[in-house]
Amino acid sequence: MSELAPSSAPADRPGHLELQSGARVAVVGGGPAGSFFSYFFLDLAERLGLDVQLDVFEPKNYAIPGPAGCNMCGGVVSESLVQMLATEGINLPPTVVARGIDSYVLHMDVGVARIKTPLQEMRIAAVYRGAGPRGAQERTWDSFDGFLLDRAAAKGARVVRERVEAVTWRRDRPQVKTRNGAPQPYDLLVAAVGVNGAALKLFEGLGLNYQPPRTSKTYIAEFFLGRETMGKYFGHAMHVFLLNLPRLEFAALIPKGDYLTFCLLGENIDDALVQSFLNAGEVRQCLPPGWQRPETFCHCSPRISTSGAVQPFSDRVVFIGDCGMARLYKDGIGSAYRTAKAAARAAVFDGVAREDFRRHFQPVCETIRRDNLVGKLVFAFTRQIQHRRFARQGMLRMVMREQQQARGAPRMSMVLWDTFTGSASYGNVFLRTLHPFFWCRLLWDCLRSLRPVRKTQ
Amino acid sequence: MDFRTLGKTYRNGEVIIMQGESGDCMYVIQTGEVEVLQRHGSEEVRLAVLGPGDFFGEMALFQRELRSATVRAMGEARVLTVDKRTFMSRVHEDPSLAYRLVQTMSERLRRVNAEYVRAASSHPFQKSAAATPPPADAP
Ligand SMILES: Cc1cc2nc3c(=O)[nH]c(=O)nc-3n(C[C@H](O)[C@H](O)[C@H](O)COP(=O)(O)OP(=O)(O)OC[C@H]3O[C@@H](n4cnc5c(N)ncnc54)[C@H](O)[C@@H]3O)c2cc1C
Repeated sequence: MSELAPSSAPADRPGHLELQSGARVAVVGGGPAGSFFSYFFLDLAERLGLDVQLDVFEPKNYAIPGPAGCNMCGGVVSESLVQMLATEGINLPPTVVARGIDSYVLHMDVGVARIKTPLQEMRIAAVYRGAGPRGAQERTWDSFDGFLLDRAAAKGARVVRERVEAVTWRRDRPQVKTRNGAPQPYDLLVAAVGVNGAALKLFEGLGLNYQPPRTSKTYIAEFFLGRETMGKYFGHAMHVFLLNLPRLEFAALIPKGDYLTFCLLGENIDDALVQSFLNAGEVRQCLPPGWQRPETFCHCSPRISTSGAVQPFSDRVVFIGDCGMARLYKDGIGSAYRTAKAAARAAVFDGVAREDFRRHFQPVCETIRRDNLVGKLVFAFTRQIQHRRFARQGMLRMVMREQQQARGAPRMSMVLWDTFTGSASYGNVFLRTLHPFFWCRLLWDCLRSLRPVRKTQ
Repeated sequence: MDFRTLGKTYRNGEVIIMQGESGDCMYVIQTGEVEVLQRHGSEEVRLAVLGPGDFFGEMALFQRELRSATVRAMGEARVLTVDKRTFMSRVHEDPSLAYRLVQTMSERLRRVNAEYVRAASSHPFQKSAAATPPPADAP
């Protein structure tokens, strides 16, 4: 290996480190954040005429079914991300989309409401992050993460199918070591290792001010129901539950091909909570009659990031995706795209010094962090509705009327749609709830719910 | 495969956007083909045939002009809509999102200019009269 020289500080900008042709970049982790970074970094570098070598380290084989080949997640690619990727020229092929989603069904003890997208178009993709559930008989889909990694490789990224075992400094440059390789120095080290696994410990020895995000335990299970049953009971709708169960923040059933994915988010979801959810009348009603949980099925309890990392960058090092900053509970793949692209833009156009990342990468992390604070408010509001029967009834009435009327702004429907699908920022959702019409209508519907209902034949 | 393809299905001959109508979104073809047609008086000229991955209607993201051409499905086509609001809020954070659009628009403009020069040079007497080239091929 030759000594590295292609990133240097120009005389007129001290403390600034610019990547030049011949520079080497290491991306640790080939999940969405790592693949998005690699793809966009190489795309932007090519536009500038920079010839940079980029290595992505990813030990997972996305062709193996079950958790071993999967970055465990609900697998909903949000409406906004589907649109942005299409604009970028990354169209999800039918082999990767396990099912297109065009509506969702809200289940509460007081009733059920179906909410359709305004355009009635399939703009949400339910995907498998890996090769699908363990034990899947006939595999007819491709891994979403595998698809993204292939796109990065097609742009020129060198995929190293190995786990990174050590990260150290060699003078002022980070170096990466895998089990089978000698330590390799790089001009930029991109950490995209997510929050599941021990990889974040690798970076402790670098002496950075980085502090990893806080996380919480979640639950995912995949159940085989067969194509016909899936079509009959779930179609193209995602089923969302607002249940009065402590610690449960969000629960959804997501149709994917022949399988149904159960996804439970909240505060350290444990077996007892999973059992309460499965026993809930609202959940049983939605499932085919007589359905029983099979003895063996593919399930996992991955961790989800619930706060951003502190100081996710330094000279020549940047943390993206879940291990940097992620959106609270929703659209984590979307925030992986945003942070990855922000880091790629900063590295190509500005430089790889701490100051470059502070100026050009941190603002995106800050926007997500501030939005998450609003998100906490939105979820607190939703919890209040969850705990009050009259509020649940009021909300249901409002949604049902909006869905029946062709005219008028479907304010509650859109607020719920964007909250549950992660299609808009929490700030945007919150602003829409401040509209006087929204409150007047909701209060009116809640008051009507408080009135005793006259029984009609 | 239908339950796995994103966007909306348009049947053969179905109009996706109509020349002269206002619009606030762009479209990206997921599967199938569409034709871009422009009406001049009673005559309809086919400007282009677009396929998977191509987009059209992008001018509506940047301008408030009416659609400059009609786009129709050729056979069954699956097309994804990109809203102006979603695009604008993202491009505000990440201007590089528009690179690919600008690149395609400039390629289309270059093609139209080349065709214009070719047409003008094959009719020498029209050289000075032809002041503006025809519009680029995606509305
Ligand atoms: C229950 C649950 C449901 C979710 N549902 C959704 C959803 O529906 N939609 C959505 O958008 N988001 C969802 N998310 C969030 C989403 O999963 C994450 O935001 C997203 O995966 C982040 O991508 P990433 O690339 O940062 O990390 P990851 O996807 O975790 O990828 C990290 C990669 O790094 C690799 N790696 C780790 N250590 C090393 C090492 N030492 N050397 C080399 N490589 C290494 C791993 O193998 C992995 O491939 C959900 C999360 C959870 C927990």
